Amino acid sequence: MAHNEPNPAMAGARPELKADPVARGILSHHGKIERNVTLLLVLSLLVVTIGGIVEIAPLFYLQNTVEKVAGMRPYTPLELAGRNIYLREGCYNCHSQMIRPFRDEVERYGHYSLAAESMYDHPFQWGSKRTGPDLARVGGRYSNEWQVQHLTDPRSVVPESIMPTYGFLARTDLDMADPAAHLAANRDVGVPYTDEMIADAKADLRAQADPNADTKGLLARYPKAVVADFDGNPQRLTEMDALVAYLQMLGTLVDFSVYQPQENDR
Amino acid sequence: MKNHMEAVGIGITAFLALLAAGFAKDAAFQAHAWVLFLVLAIATIVLLRRIEFTDAKMIPLRLQAAKTHDQGYFDEVVRYGVVATVGWGIVGFLVGVVIASQLAWPHLNIEPWFNFGRMRPLHTSAVVFAFGGNALIATSFYVVQRTCRARLWGGNLAWFVFWGYQLFIVMAATGYLLGITEGREYAEPEWYVDIWLTIVWVAYLVVFLGTLVKRKEPHIYVANWFYLAFIVTIAMLHVVNNLSMPVSFLGSKSYSAFSGVQDALTQWWYGHNAVGFFLTAGFLGMMYYFIPKQANRPVYSYRLSIIHFWALIFLYIWAGPHHLHYTALPDWAQTLGMVFSVMLWMPSWGGMINGLMTLQGAWDKLRTDPILRFLVISVAFYGMSTFEGPMMSIKSVNSLSHYTDWTIGHVHSGALGWVGMISFGAVYHLVPKLWDRRRLYSLRLVNWHFWLATLGIVVYAAVMWVSGIMQGLMWREYGDDGYLVYSFAETVAAMHPYYVLRMMGGLMYLTGALIMAFNVYKTIRGDLREEVPMGGSAPVLQPAE
Repeated sequence: MAHNEPNPAMAGARPELKADPVARGILSHHGKIERNVTLLLVLSLLVVTIGGIVEIAPLFYLQNTVEKVAGMRPYTPLELAGRNIYLREGCYNCHSQMIRPFRDEVERYGHYSLAAESMYDHPFQWGSKRTGPDLARVGGRYSNEWQVQHLTDPRSVVPESIMPTYGFLARTDLDMADPAAHLAANRDVGVPYTDEMIADAKADLRAQADPNADTKGLLARYPKAVVADFDGNPQRLTEMDALVAYLQMLGTLVDFSVYQPQENDR
Repeated sequence: MKNHMEAVGIGITAFLALLAAGFAKDAAFQAHAWVLFLVLAIATIVLLRRIEFTDAKMIPLRLQAAKTHDQGYFDEVVRYGVVATVGWGIVGFLVGVVIASQLAWPHLNIEPWFNFGRMRPLHTSAVVFAFGGNALIATSFYVVQRTCRARLWGGNLAWFVFWGYQLFIVMAATGYLLGITEGREYAEPEWYVDIWLTIVWVAYLVVFLGTLVKRKEPHIYVANWFYLAFIVTIAMLHVVNNLSMPVSFLGSKSYSAFSGVQDALTQWWYGHNAVGFFLTAGFLGMMYYFIPKQANRPVYSYRLSIIHFWALIFLYIWAGPHHLHYTALPDWAQTLGMVFSVMLWMPSWGGMINGLMTLQGAWDKLRTDPILRFLVISVAFYGMSTFEGPMMSIKSVNSLSHYTDWTIGHVHSGALGWVGMISFGAVYHLVPKLWDRRRLYSLRLVNWHFWLATLGIVVYAAVMWVSGIMQGLMWREYGDDGYLVYSFAETVAAMHPYYVLRMMGGLMYLTGALIMAFNVYKTIRGDLREEVPMGGSAPVLQPAE
């Protein structure tokens, strides 16, 4: 639009705006948006959707987003119950589960985390803060007795610790009346639980915390599952059993002695 | 008749909550349903006592009164909003001081309900959603009426928004302490609380849009662009990020629709834009109304406001991946997030310049007007944290700062400095107008609040810089022998003095807020403190509306 001709969009504007070359140019048409609620609403919504679509949508179809690795399996019912306690207590507020590919982190915590290792995590628990250490590979690092002692009274084993105490977990019976429903809800959002896993969920929940149980089926369904009376109290299935079962499997599923990072170049 | 439909409706809902408690599938849901029942039962009783059985139409005088009551601006809901803002602010700051103390002295954790892990979401939600959210709803209702010269659209719908939002806060907060959480930062409320917030939020959008539609001004004022973008974007983020599959219709647990890397980016797309739209765009709307009003000057540049509005809302959405640097998120997404975060610096400072330069020709008022001081320093803190943010989003900086207290310090210079200070300024501006008082009870107390809060933030941010950078450096320190120098436990022990100092910074900020509550209370009562005016001359009186 030629600037010496009167611009109809500027009719009624303040004199200083009329004198402003930029306002007289493309910005003069902004008045249309300012006078029309629908236009303002629709344009704002369009502008704010673009970034999310470009960044998030490809993650669902780009094949190399999640590495192809052997060993990943869904959580056992007891591990899933333990994971829910981990969420409930807000452990993610202080502990990450995401080892970055730096020398110090790899030496401190183990192999850097793969996307595949959280592919069955609804929700993810990568965390954002390390008030306490990373837990991505804490599984198998300490004995069950240490974990129970540490959760009950952290400063009795780590004097510098500022972690709250969680003794009540060992005094509280695990409240998961219908583990099959939890597995089914996970299957609805994409975790490959089989009909057999769902049918045996209740038995599997108990068997994993009972060293005397027949666990052949459980271990066939969930390879590498740790079976133990985690809390040292064989009479009860407590929240402590579940949480320690979850902690003891973290980061143990993928065998990094045979993992080839080159095959998963991203 | 008045209030009868409302009383019956809430009474029925209370009964349904009782049924939910009876048939609950898990103990946490049962406890939560009892909380809901109690809240609704109390609301029902209050409403029953307020039912007016005489019909207004029967009495001519009442009809007259009702008519004048429905004219002019709808400010009663704004008054409630201002009081709620002050109240929730104190709750949020207090819980912040408590959890800061828990980090310094772990014996202050009381298992299970008051452990740090359950209290920290209570703090973040109380400050962001309860304090910030109420400030946004109250000021947006006030501003949209003035700048449109129209009464709020939808009548009692605005009351539904206010009370519905308070119910959301109570359900979210009690849920955290009971251990009901989705386990994603700033999006912790479970599925049924999320559904309730969606309903309330749509009502909020409808009230706001309705008022814009019936405006008597031809142009929509710039503050309303920001408020509208905030409301619409939060609706989008909230709905997408909280998609999940409940285990049972009468149970508290749900599983997120996404997993792993997709869930992580969706969550931080939400998380960062809770900052970008809830804590930035909405509060920029506040800036664009209250700074020109308090300084009695027009906005510095119309052109700048157009450019920085569209640039800000376009760029912010891309910044989420900078929370996931060097994680298992694909590199292309990380780099994209970093580039857009750095670009975001420009529109952010566009807003800062527009806010600060509005004081052109009125800088002398800072000497005599502590309310203006609040508004101006908030914009200064906004400028500072929107420089620090892009810097921390650079991958090499982030490799040091991520997972450390530096992030916490950064968040607080934004939250305490920008969000908190501009909200305090708005509250001080609004209270005398809303309750029709000549001025605040005391401007000297406003000044005390200002300095306590400012010093508190400076202490907090400085301490967190030191502790955060120290923490990051200790984690990666290697000795000559080629081994890591510090065990993790040693780095925890090194944090103790900083955690104590940080708690003191927070305590100063809380003390300032308590002074504000007292000042607001006295002003509402109609008291005026006899005091020497600020700056040696008479205090600047607010121009009447």
